[in-house]
Amino acid sequence: MAILVIAEHDNQSIKAATLNTVTAAAAIGGDIHVLVAGQGCEGACNAAAKLAGVAKVLCAAAPHYEAQLAENVAALVVANAPGYSHILAPATSYGKNVMPRVAALLDVAQISDIVAVEAADTFVRPIYAGNAMATVKSADAVKAITVRTTAFEAAAEGGSAAVENLAAGADLGLSKLVGRELTKSERPELGAAKIIVSGGRGLGSGENYHALLEPLADKLGAALGASRAAVDAGFVPNDYQVGQTGKIVAPQVYLAVGISGAIQHLAGMKDSKVIVAINKDPEAPIFQVADYGLVADLFAAVPELTAALS
Amino acid sequence: MKILVPVKRVLDYNVKVRVKADGTGVDLSNLKMAMNPFDEIAVEEAVRLKEAGVATEVVAVSCGVAACQETLRAAMAIGADRGILVETDVELQPLAVAKLLKALCDKEAPQVVICGKQAIDDDANQTGQMLAALMGWPQATFASKVTLAGESTTVTREIDGGLETIELKLPAVVTTDLRLNEPRYATLPNIMKAKKKPLDTVKPDELGVDVAPRLATLKVAEPPKRSAGVRVADVAQLVDKLKNEAKVI
Repeated sequence: MAILVIAEHDNQSIKAATLNTVTAAAAIGGDIHVLVAGQGCEGACNAAAKLAGVAKVLCAAAPHYEAQLAENVAALVVANAPGYSHILAPATSYGKNVMPRVAALLDVAQISDIVAVEAADTFVRPIYAGNAMATVKSADAVKAITVRTTAFEAAAEGGSAAVENLAAGADLGLSKLVGRELTKSERPELGAAKIIVSGGRGLGSGENYHALLEPLADKLGAALGASRAAVDAGFVPNDYQVGQTGKIVAPQVYLAVGISGAIQHLAGMKDSKVIVAINKDPEAPIFQVADYGLVADLFAAVPELTAALS
Repeated sequence: MKILVPVKRVLDYNVKVRVKADGTGVDLSNLKMAMNPFDEIAVEEAVRLKEAGVATEVVAVSCGVAACQETLRAAMAIGADRGILVETDVELQPLAVAKLLKALCDKEAPQVVICGKQAIDDDANQTGQMLAALMGWPQATFASKVTLAGESTTVTREIDGGLETIELKLPAVVTTDLRLNEPRYATLPNIMKAKKKPLDTVKPDELGVDVAPRLATLKVAEPPKRSAGVRVADVAQLVDKLKNEAKVI
């Protein structure tokens, strides 16, 4: 029994989410092969080969894989699917885009966003925005799975897998990348950060968001996050959003500033180790999940907190 | 150009979910149901494309129990021209829905299918991608901007690091993100008009689709409870707790 992990990468390096997915694959048990589809992706292949537990890296390089669009990548995965009992991808925007296409082409059901492996065919996944946990058993010959990255540790380095070249498939020519607009940030990536400082509507404006939260995040070496309300109000770009419709995070510390704690938001952060809430409304639902709650005006409390950490 | 919009009837997003005591599922009896929020955005986008003169007809489709008719009427009140209900009492999983939609796409030949990116009950985020795969069409998931022009569509997608713009050949499948648009409220006259719009009902058998579930749900449980911690009096106490009690900073 072998397991195929579809790597998420930027051609030079492997994205952190892939490491968590390899750990989930190890929990299922079996030889783990990692597929890297891209262009000029030797760097990513070599990084994948160093991961502990990986038996083989399959490298498919072709110009039409450079942007890693779903149509061509899914066709490649399906062409190489025979022999694998499980196909895994991280439940990131990349994995969510590609994997259901693979599953449908293989005529199997997909199991989305698993948080635990009970057996090789039985998995646990959240439903209803994380308000219920479903244990599901798949009867399909191939299990197509996306993995909630925050539910599994990152695989360590220490492997030395062989890198094998894979014949590229034809370019289907259905879609092409026009451009990407990536948010540049000096801070740690939201999905991988140990500490997250997150702001909500209570901050009032984008200027306040930056002026109050950035110094605090810098002091803590934290990533910045936001509630949907803050994103919709235009305080910050939408890739800051934590929640059911944004990113799911589980840092050591989640500091919620001016966030009421709607179900949508809680679904994205309630697995954090320690939750701290600063809100002036003592009735805010965020206090029902916060380990440490401070009822205070954030405009006074946040600068004070920043100063206290110096 | 014809646009097909699949809509799902789900538990209203404001309702607090209760897990059944026997662990077989979530208790939906007597609770408020509504159209999946992402699907509302899909209907709104299709109707806007019609109002802009790009689309000629908007067909709403729902798969499930007879009560899904209400969801279709809601879509027609927003502005869909007609509805198709694929009626079944079987629990439908994304692959089955994608196959039903494929059968309807073969029949109706739409140029674009606009789906919500995920349903807020099963949180699967699969159906649009699966439909695109079965049709051999390109897909643009998590769309925050859609421009249709001639034989192609340009879509801006929300990805983890920011935004990405792709160009697709038509026909294509688009799935909506929350930021695509702000759905309108259906007015009373439009709700009345929607009652007169055509609504066809078909069965999965008539479409030749086997909808038997592939995944068996063994158990549904409450997630581990997080209890409220302590309230601290001031910032100094907060810093002290974080440093000395939780030892996290």
